[in-house]
Order: sequence, then C-alpha cells, then structure tokens
Amino acid sequence: MKIGVLALQGAFIEHINILRRLGVEAVEVRLPADLAGLDGLIIPGGESTTIGKLADTYGLTGPLRDFAAARPVWGTCAGMIFMAKEIGRDQPLLGLMNIEVERNAFGRQVDSFITPIDVDGLNGGEPFPAVFIRGPRLVAAHGDARVIARLADGTPVAAEEGRWLATSFHPELTGDTRLHEYFLRLVEKN
Amino acid sequence: MKENGHNSNGRGELGSVTVKRGLAQMLKGGVIMDVVTPEHARIAEDAGAVAVMALERVPADIRVSGGVARMSDPGMIREIMAAVSIPVMAKVRIGHFVEAQILEALGVDYIDESEVLTPADEAYHINKHDFKIPFVCGCRNLGEALRRIGEGAAMMRTKGEAGTGDVVEAVRHARSVLGEIRRLQNMPEEELMTFAKELGAPYELVKETKELGRLPVVNFAAGGIATPADAALMMQLGVDGVFVGSGIFKSGDPARRAKAIVEATTHYRNAELLARVSENLGEPMVGIGVHTLAPEQQLAVRGW
Repeated sequence: MKIGVLALQGAFIEHINILRRLGVEAVEVRLPADLAGLDGLIIPGGESTTIGKLADTYGLTGPLRDFAAARPVWGTCAGMIFMAKEIGRDQPLLGLMNIEVERNAFGRQVDSFITPIDVDGLNGGEPFPAVFIRGPRLVAAHGDARVIARLADGTPVAAEEGRWLATSFHPELTGDTRLHEYFLRLVEKN
Repeated sequence: MKENGHNSNGRGELGSVTVKRGLAQMLKGGVIMDVVTPEHARIAEDAGAVAVMALERVPADIRVSGGVARMSDPGMIREIMAAVSIPVMAKVRIGHFVEAQILEALGVDYIDESEVLTPADEAYHINKHDFKIPFVCGCRNLGEALRRIGEGAAMMRTKGEAGTGDVVEAVRHARSVLGEIRRLQNMPEEELMTFAKELGAPYELVKETKELGRLPVVNFAAGGIATPADAALMMQLGVDGVFVGSGIFKSGDPARRAKAIVEATTHYRNAELLARVSENLGEPMVGIGVHTLAPEQQLAVRGW
C-alpha cells in the first residue's frame, strides 16, 4: 500500500511520520505526476488559501478530482476545507464532499483548543484527543455525507462520504494513530 | 510533552504547548510576509502567504529612519487583522512584556519578540509561558534557540540581518543552528551536560534536541531573503519555512515577487521550476551589503 500526502504547504511531514510508523509507504505529492501509483491521499493541515492557490497554479486541481473519484482521500483542517463543496467564501476548492464548512469558526489562535471527543467506529472506544488550531466548523453534511464526530456541545467536527473522510482537527499532532488506521482500512476496502 | 494550558473556553483546554507549537507546524513550507497596510496584507494573502507580520515600518525603513522602534499602533494591527483570513503576527520589543500583553488583548495569532525593534530590556527576555498567544523568537545559534524555547517560545526563526536584502547572515545563522544539531546527534550521552554548559542552554532541551534530531519547535529563516532563489536556498539548508520582510514590498513588483517566493518555497528542490518563477520579476530591493554595516547598525546581535 502506498499513500500520498499533499506537500504543497503545511503539516505534511507529521502525516508521513505516522504512516511510516504504521509500516506504510508514504510519499510527498507536489505535482500531478506524483499521484501515479498511489492507493490513497491525505491533505494535511496548513493554510487552505495557500494550498488551494498552489494546487491551482500547478494544475493539480483536476488530477486531484480524478484521483478522488476512484480512491480514498482524507483531509485534516485545511484539507477538510479544500475537500468541501461550500465554504461561503471565494477561494480555490476541490469541492468533493457534500459538506458546508466555515473557516476559523472557533476564533483566532487564542481560542485554539484540545478536547477529547468520541468518533464513530474508532477502535478501542477511548475518546480521541482532538486538537483544533484556528479550526474550521462543519456546518452541515448533505446527501451521502454523514457526521461521525461531534464536540460535547453537539458541533459536528468530522464527516465521512463513501471513500472520503474529513476532520476539522489534527490527528497528525497527537501520538494517537487510530484515525490514520481508520483511513488505511478505507484504502484497503477500496 | 508537558502541557501548560491556561484555561478552558467551555469547548476544551486553551493555550497548551501543543496548540501553540501546532500553529507553527501548520505554517511550515510557507512564507510569512511583512506588511504595513491592509492593502499589502491582501496582496500577501492573494500571493499565497501563510501569515502576515503587521508592522508600521519594514526593517529597511527602520534602518533609514533610525530612532527607537516600538510595537506598532494597535489600530493599524486591528485593520490588518480585519483585512485577511490568514494568521496575523506582530512584533514586540525584547523584554517588553506589556507590549506583549497588549498584543494578546488584541488577539493577534503570534507575537514576535524581535531584535528588529529597539530592545526594552538588556538582560532578560519575556517569560513567554505566561501567555496564551504563542511567541516566535530570533536565534543565531543553538544555544540562543534553546534559551528562547526554555522561556516558552513556540517557534524559532534564524535572525539573519533584517532590512538588508543580503542573505549571508541568514545562511550563517541557519548553518550554525543546524550544524550544531548535527554535532549534537553524534555526541555520546556523557558529553551532553558540558555541551549544554558551553551553549548556555537548558540540559533537558539539549537532550530532547539530540533525540529528535531537530529543534523541538518549528524553525523558519529570516533576515535578508529577497529572491525566490534565496527562499529555496534556506529551505535546502533545512529550515521549515521563510519570513520575507523588506524583500517584497521594497521591490519593483511586490505581487509578482511575493507569488514567486511562495512557489519557490514549495518547490524548493525543483530547479527548472525555480528558473521559471525567477523570470521577469522586476527590480529586487536595492539592498545593503552586511559587511558595510557598522557594529551598532547590526540588529542580530540584540538578544541575550
């Protein structure tokens, strides 16, 4: 199994380190040719405006959509924004998932927080340590997209739609690899 | 990792080491640009900057005008925060913890305790553990970096020589920090305490740096980066991203140069692509050779 991590900007090395720790081959994706031979793709946290513009400039947007039509993709934070169909502002998006997302919805850096949350279908049953950094909010999931995790106050923070996964928090900043293992199972099933 | 959270907002724990260092991790592979107006900030965001540094004068102008350089007008920082969706950083004088309290009250996303401003304290830096807002600090070598991290800095930048457009000091400081880490990695355990003493750095952080094979926080390069090639040079030397101060808005075509530096920072190993983005950028900033600066004109020596 070979997983790509979009490496235009952001926390891509954190994802790669976790994948390698799980014994999976992981490569950086910067240009369309880097997608060849991959079984799945992770879009990391970072600045969604920067990632979107660089994807547009280097002709990645179309190839990423084609890739996602047949293979699993997981976006964390900026990656979730990039995968959404609707974010209520004008910036380059992949527009894959039937989700509405609001950027920086929890506030500025001073409001960034960590909290344990329950994620549907996660091994072990223990709460997952969710790190939110200027994080986006999942406003709504439509069609086949379903919410798989919420904060204690009911705010949805993760969604799954077929082979696609999106989380508004950063599993790559924790030592907990369960969500990465969850994504690898989606790749295996595909 | 030791968590030192400040309080809760009803959703979770705020201001812990993980979220402070975490924002810097999200900025990696990106370019942080100095801006002096909301218009500049929008140009930076459109070019793909990961964050902006809001200040009244870029370092090149601070050099020209002289006098005491202080924290910028909070009103001007607020306007820049309102103009863009990306993180906004702002500078305080070394040791000036009240300027930092003011920036925390404004809600900026990162505070730069910066040698570019006139130091307020000639012996002590700010105790950065006291704040929910993360800090970035400058360093010239590993000892200085680990002292700042010991005081609570959540991100480092090598200092270079700001406002010169001369990359030589940025290279010197990056080579110094990264070279000392390489030396440390080859050192047997029994030498670490003496090495920590020589560096003037906390032993626990020396040990952690050896184990990680890198600084415990994200490390950008700053001070003198003026071209896409300069940015790619710093990335190939091994930093995590770049700050560009005067190099963009003191050049002939800021929007174009800004975009080219962003692309060069992402594709820093792709020489063909670097050649393409370096074409027809117009005049770079004029620049001052660092070797022509009198000792009292050097900013990088500020910091203890």
